Amino acid sequence: MAGSNKTNSTPPRWLLAELTYACPLQCPYCSNPIDYANYQSELSTEDWKRVLSQARKMGAVQLGFSGGEPLTRKDLVELVKHARDLGYYSNLITSGYGMTETKIVQLKEAGLDHIQISIQASSQELNDHIAGTSSFDHKKSVAHLIKKHGYPMVLCVVIHRENIHQMAQILEMAEELGADYLELANTQYYGWAHVNRDLLLPTKEQFQQAEKLAQAFKDRVAGKMKIYYVVPDFYEDRPKACMNGWGTTFLTIAPDGVALPCHSARELPGLDCPNVNDYSIETIWNESRAFNFFRGVDWMKEPCLSCDEKSKDFGGCRCQAYLLTGDMYAADPVCSKSSDRAVIEQAIDSAKTASAISTNEKPLIFRNSKNSKIMTRN
Amino acid sequence: MTLNLDKPIKFSPLHRLQWEEAQQKDVILYPEGMVELNQSSAEILKCCDGTRNLDQIVSELELKFATSGLKNDITNFLEIALKNGWIQQNQ
Ligand code: SF4
Ligand code: SF4
Repeated sequence: MAGSNKTNSTPPRWLLAELTYACPLQCPYCSNPIDYANYQSELSTEDWKRVLSQARKMGAVQLGFSGGEPLTRKDLVELVKHARDLGYYSNLITSGYGMTETKIVQLKEAGLDHIQISIQASSQELNDHIAGTSSFDHKKSVAHLIKKHGYPMVLCVVIHRENIHQMAQILEMAEELGADYLELANTQYYGWAHVNRDLLLPTKEQFQQAEKLAQAFKDRVAGKMKIYYVVPDFYEDRPKACMNGWGTTFLTIAPDGVALPCHSARELPGLDCPNVNDYSIETIWNESRAFNFFRGVDWMKEPCLSCDEKSKDFGGCRCQAYLLTGDMYAADPVCSKSSDRAVIEQAIDSAKTASAISTNEKPLIFRNSKNSKIMTRN
Repeated sequence: MTLNLDKPIKFSPLHRLQWEEAQQKDVILYPEGMVELNQSSAEILKCCDGTRNLDQIVSELELKFATSGLKNDITNFLEIALKNGWIQQNQ
């Protein structure tokens, strides 16, 4: 059975601290769980400090403060300071909403290393529509302030059918804002993006065109700006090596203290993800059922089990396998060796059909507490 | 981008060089990433403090390790470092 024999585990290197599910924005591709409104409790400042200390002791060095919107936590500066004292490299992953120059300075003094700001599109109208909140001009001014105060800046733009046609302008905007890194994150279809997939998934032609622009841009700005291109795996024939292998590198702590081997693991049944209020990070990482569940290759079944690529992609994403095939032990259906590959083709077709009908008939479902409650009731 | 032989070399302020106890290694940290260094690479980068140019770094390290003939290796590594943005040559 999965999880019964422990594989030698490497220590965590990456800690993602999801400080809160609160967020003033409503992105319809948000990776937070659909039922996030059911998790109201949040760890205290002292809890977070303990978690940070324990994970650092094991060897975690990259730390992401995310959410929701981490700026809504009043103790953010205090936590950043604690992280700096421990020797973490801290990344703030923010929508920029609610950021002020004073905050930027305070965070810098506390020892924050880097800020990743997300912008939804290259025009105000579309940005504000996708974010569900008027935020475009403010985001741009925050981006300027981030550079003014000497941070390395990652500009993150999640790419989907509503904004993919703006690729050229998005690249221009990244240059104008002085981004050191541009993350072009093709939407990954979990959480809210899964629900909205018909309206978000671009066509293959759109992908190819956008990718070509991004590639040419990458060559042109080499040495000035780095591009992280998150591939659209629906148009690949091999899955991504999710999480660099389950329980090998990444540790996510959800706002209520639940420890997750991947940030969508909450959606998988029967994992029993442990809470940092009950166990130490060391026990969670080494001993817990959840973190051992898909460690190594013993849990696999065919075609992965006898596949010579299994140490390359680890069978792909468990959450994607579960969401799309109903079987979390199955090969990621993106793989052309998977007997379920047809579900990906169906998703692509279904999105193509939806793009032909008017958006009024099937509106985007925005990420907010009201929708979260409605969708988890039935 | 190629290495300028005269200008001083400085470790990039957008990166952090630090000793990691858990890995018993020096590492370079940057947004969402990390590079593990072997000992000689780390020693070279520690000399990039914005006061020395290539030749000065070479003689410093040759002195420190009581050896000679390091110039090629050091130049090759610094070319890579420059390409990756780990070091800068401003003035
Ligand atoms: S993706 Fe959008 S809605 Fe979700 S947490 Fe980030 S900013 Fe908020
Ligand atoms: S069969 Fe499984 S292990 Fe092999 S390439 Fe496909 S997903 Fe990866």
